Amino acid sequence: MRIRKRHIALIVYFVLLFIPIYWMIITSLKTDNEILKELTFFPHELTFKNYVEIFTNPFWRASFANSLTYVFLNVVITLMVAVPGAYAFSRWKFRGGHHLFFWLLTNRMAPAAVFMVPFTELYYILHLYDTCWAVALAHCLFNIPLAIWILEGFMSGIPREIDETAFIDGYTFPQFFRKVFFPLIGPGIGVTAFFCFTFSWVELILAKALTVTNAKPAVVQLTVGIGAEGVKWGLLAAAGFLTIIPGAIVVYFVRNYMAKGFALGRV
Amino acid sequence: MKNRAWFFLIPALVLMSISAFVPLMTVINYSLHYIFSGSAPTFVGFENYVEVLRDPTFWGALTRQLCFSLMVLLVEIPLGIMIAMAMPRQGAALAVCLVMLGIPLLIPYNVVGIIWRLFTQASIGVVPGFFRLFDYSYSVALNPVDAPVTIFVLDVWHWTPLVALLSFAGLQAIPDAYYQAAQIDGASTWKTFRYVTLPKLKPVLILAVLLRFMDSFKIYAEPLLLTGGGPGNSTTFFSLHVARKAESYELGYAGAVSIIYLFIVIMFSFVFFQAMTNIGKGEQQ
Repeated sequence: MRIRKRHIALIVYFVLLFIPIYWMIITSLKTDNEILKELTFFPHELTFKNYVEIFTNPFWRASFANSLTYVFLNVVITLMVAVPGAYAFSRWKFRGGHHLFFWLLTNRMAPAAVFMVPFTELYYILHLYDTCWAVALAHCLFNIPLAIWILEGFMSGIPREIDETAFIDGYTFPQFFRKVFFPLIGPGIGVTAFFCFTFSWVELILAKALTVTNAKPAVVQLTVGIGAEGVKWGLLAAAGFLTIIPGAIVVYFVRNYMAKGFALGRV
Repeated sequence: MKNRAWFFLIPALVLMSISAFVPLMTVINYSLHYIFSGSAPTFVGFENYVEVLRDPTFWGALTRQLCFSLMVLLVEIPLGIMIAMAMPRQGAALAVCLVMLGIPLLIPYNVVGIIWRLFTQASIGVVPGFFRLFDYSYSVALNPVDAPVTIFVLDVWHWTPLVALLSFAGLQAIPDAYYQAAQIDGASTWKTFRYVTLPKLKPVLILAVLLRFMDSFKIYAEPLLLTGGGPGNSTTFFSLHVARKAESYELGYAGAVSIIYLFIVIMFSFVFFQAMTNIGKGEQQ
């Protein structure tokens, strides 16, 4: 009986969670007339006009490509530096390590609004301004600390004896990493990649400040339509829905990793 | 051996110092100068800081922000734990739950703002329509209470899944043996939760509290899109205040606010971090 009650609560929660998303989807399928006329709970006049407009517009297509590019670059860079970093924190206690660990996370605290102007100047000097690389590197500011914190948890969950046995068996460090350690933390890396993907994908302020035209991402393209000549709700809703899809695909593929990864570590 | 640790950390530290240290130094430099577009910056020492501390809009934004962040923690952390505990432990149902929890997290901040703006539009939105049933004229654009409450609900909606996901990870890592032992000892449900689950969740909860605190302090796009910080200043949270100053090229003032902001967030986070790390240390011994 208790289990039943718990599940009902969970289902109610998920329904509430999905009402705004449902609303966005049905809005994207309505005509502008219907949206502005009255409150309707499902589209009376089903239309795919909004989606067609997005898919045929080269600016929209380019913006989605840009978003995917910098998010991918960011996840790769983050994992490349965070995996060794987290290994160091999980395996060795060194002077100042505890404080360094906390300091890393403090970088996440910096409000993007604070770093907007200096970042613009920095990437201008580095000739990276208005490229996907600028955004990918800027997002490292908050993704590397998070990745190190999450991975450290996973790695600390793996007994140190495994390392020692491998070295006694004659593995060199790179061999040990590739053949023994990497498969063990695979799920942890999956979970970390998911979180990095998420935070880079949803970030707006830095992505907006560091791009003008060439690398303009979808999140920025989305705010363009607001304010000018009345809001095009249908179009915005359709674009908004499309921004969820790549992420949903990623979640779908890492879901088993997530379940396994979560079972493995303390995060 | 110890030097090897630093060797592994070098890539991360190099990247972090480029993307964190350099901009931070720039901001500190701004905060000590009087800068207005066009004219050359003049060094003014701490005058910008004095100006910020005398500015009532700064104190307004700070109070509003602190109330908001604490409310967010008080609601999202317990709710997240409850959801995580209600989730199935394995099988297809678990995969479905994980995917569903992941989806709200993947919606960009400004899309969240757009969804909720549509949701709360005066004549076409669901929320005003719902409140009309109770004869309450809800309006984010006019009512200075409705607007921040809406932002709060929006944040709970958007980010509780993150707490739930993290808590779930923590729960999964607790061996069944602990619960069996608690059952044999005849511990009540509450006592099991208090003395077995909660202490074991601690590392995850530290991360969840810190992340939610910091990120709620950064809230920007949602109030901007929902009401532009209004009505009045009722949803002008800290980032919005800084961004307004930076956008009007008052870089000296913006720099000073930023440094104060960073100081406040780091201080609070450090207190949370220390407090949560130390809680329960006595009990375990």
